[in-house]
Amino acid sequence: MPGWDWSAFFRYLFNWYLLEGAWTTIWLSAVVMTFGLLLGLLAAIMNMSKNRVLQGIAQFYLWIMRGTPLLVQLIIIYTGLPQIGIRLNVVQSALLGLSLNEGAYLSEIIRAGILSVPKGQFDAARALGMDYPTLMRVVVMPQAARVIIPPLGNNFNGLLKTTSITSVISMEELLRRGQMLIQVEFRVLEIFVVAALYYLVMITLWGMVQRRLEAHFGRSVAPAADRARIAESPAKALERKEMEHDLR
Amino acid sequence: MMRERVDQTLASDPCQPVVEVEDVHKYFGALHVLRGISMTVRRGEVIVLIGPSGSGKSTLLRCINHLEKIDQGRIRVGGHPMGYREVNGHRVELRESEVAKHRRDVGMVFQQFNLFPHLTALENIVAGPIHVLQRRKEDAEAQARQLLEMVGLPTKADAYPAQLSGGQQQRVAIARALAMSPKVMLFDEPTSALDPEMITEVLDVMLKLSDQGMTMIVVTHEMGFAKAAAERIIFMDEGRLVEEAPAPEFFANPRQDRTRQFLSKILH
Repeated sequence: MPGWDWSAFFRYLFNWYLLEGAWTTIWLSAVVMTFGLLLGLLAAIMNMSKNRVLQGIAQFYLWIMRGTPLLVQLIIIYTGLPQIGIRLNVVQSALLGLSLNEGAYLSEIIRAGILSVPKGQFDAARALGMDYPTLMRVVVMPQAARVIIPPLGNNFNGLLKTTSITSVISMEELLRRGQMLIQVEFRVLEIFVVAALYYLVMITLWGMVQRRLEAHFGRSVAPAADRARIAESPAKALERKEMEHDLR
Repeated sequence: MMRERVDQTLASDPCQPVVEVEDVHKYFGALHVLRGISMTVRRGEVIVLIGPSGSGKSTLLRCINHLEKIDQGRIRVGGHPMGYREVNGHRVELRESEVAKHRRDVGMVFQQFNLFPHLTALENIVAGPIHVLQRRKEDAEAQARQLLEMVGLPTKADAYPAQLSGGQQQRVAIARALAMSPKVMLFDEPTSALDPEMITEVLDVMLKLSDQGMTMIVVTHEMGFAKAAAERIIFMDEGRLVEEAPAPEFFANPRQDRTRQFLSKILH
């Protein structure tokens, strides 16, 4: 079976079985992003809390999730946990593993976003009598969003591709569907190239959505000082803000 | 019960203190920024706080609305302890959500304006009434438009802060604080970040407020305003209250050497 087969390529390009796999990749990414954002927000707020216990829990979570490979986390959840009586099916394991992992990375992005909001904004909101949840919702998060959205979009871009790792625990997303199709059709190159093209299309479409989101959240006219702050590298901004917070 | 009694006296006596500060100490780490400050502000009074930078004026203001916790002493606003509870004579800090309720009574205007940049002027002003006082949107907006009128910016309701000049931003910030109907307004160097030609428009609004009987504590270097509006001037240095006197007396016959020194530097 030598050479590239165009007719096979086009047959797989509009193959229902692979399209279903792509759909799984999309909804899996979307659900994981949602859970990840909630987890990330929670971890970010705990991490910035004055309560040492909450801070410790958040930091332990980040340390574990960012210090071990996602592949190992998934295998432990799916293959390892049944040994102590915790049995999760493939979809549950994939959702849990990816969300926990994504939440850890998103938490740092959200934290940097919150720290990018000037201290004076917190003062002004508190002086109006806002409690912490109101202050976050009305004043801080809408401003943090400008800083959070661009890296958040990049993370979702990465997540769309990272979901392919769940193929090792037999989650039937795009890559796994491709592998399964190959086992009956034996056209390795054509099917993998089609799978790669699907990823490319998803990423491109997402890029368009992302640009719209950024335009939307960047619309309010930020003062010049804010714009300068955004231009600053995120790592540097984080460092500066942490110093300011320590001084408080 | 305690609270009711206090409110009755407040209603019967117009000279009842609005802000009472008693032997307040504040540390930033090893730095002793407030070293036993006591003062009383009565209803309708305008107090101007002056002093060299680092003397603790701004910190004192931030303690009055509990943006900073005090380490010793007492602060009462409208007769109630601010941000803490008294148990057997000891201060017990309240939870942030409880402190937030106390802060509604105290309006604050900042040197850097601190308007919310993602909200229009009108939205800035209604943020407190809607999200803190749970007022209806229409009512809050009607009140906000009156306040914009009062600060001389009736046409700027839909402008974002970045589209306003410094003086205009500060006037919106004053309207935002007034929208909470505070018992007292704190001004933390409200004109220090402004270009000279914008200072007057902000001071004019503040004079108008004092004419309307608003109780105000103002940290400022604008001696013209102090002479025109202040009932009393308080001079602070190194965390201590050095001198306190009615405005004319303060400028004509300062008693302390330190005050004279300072005045000779700022009055030309």
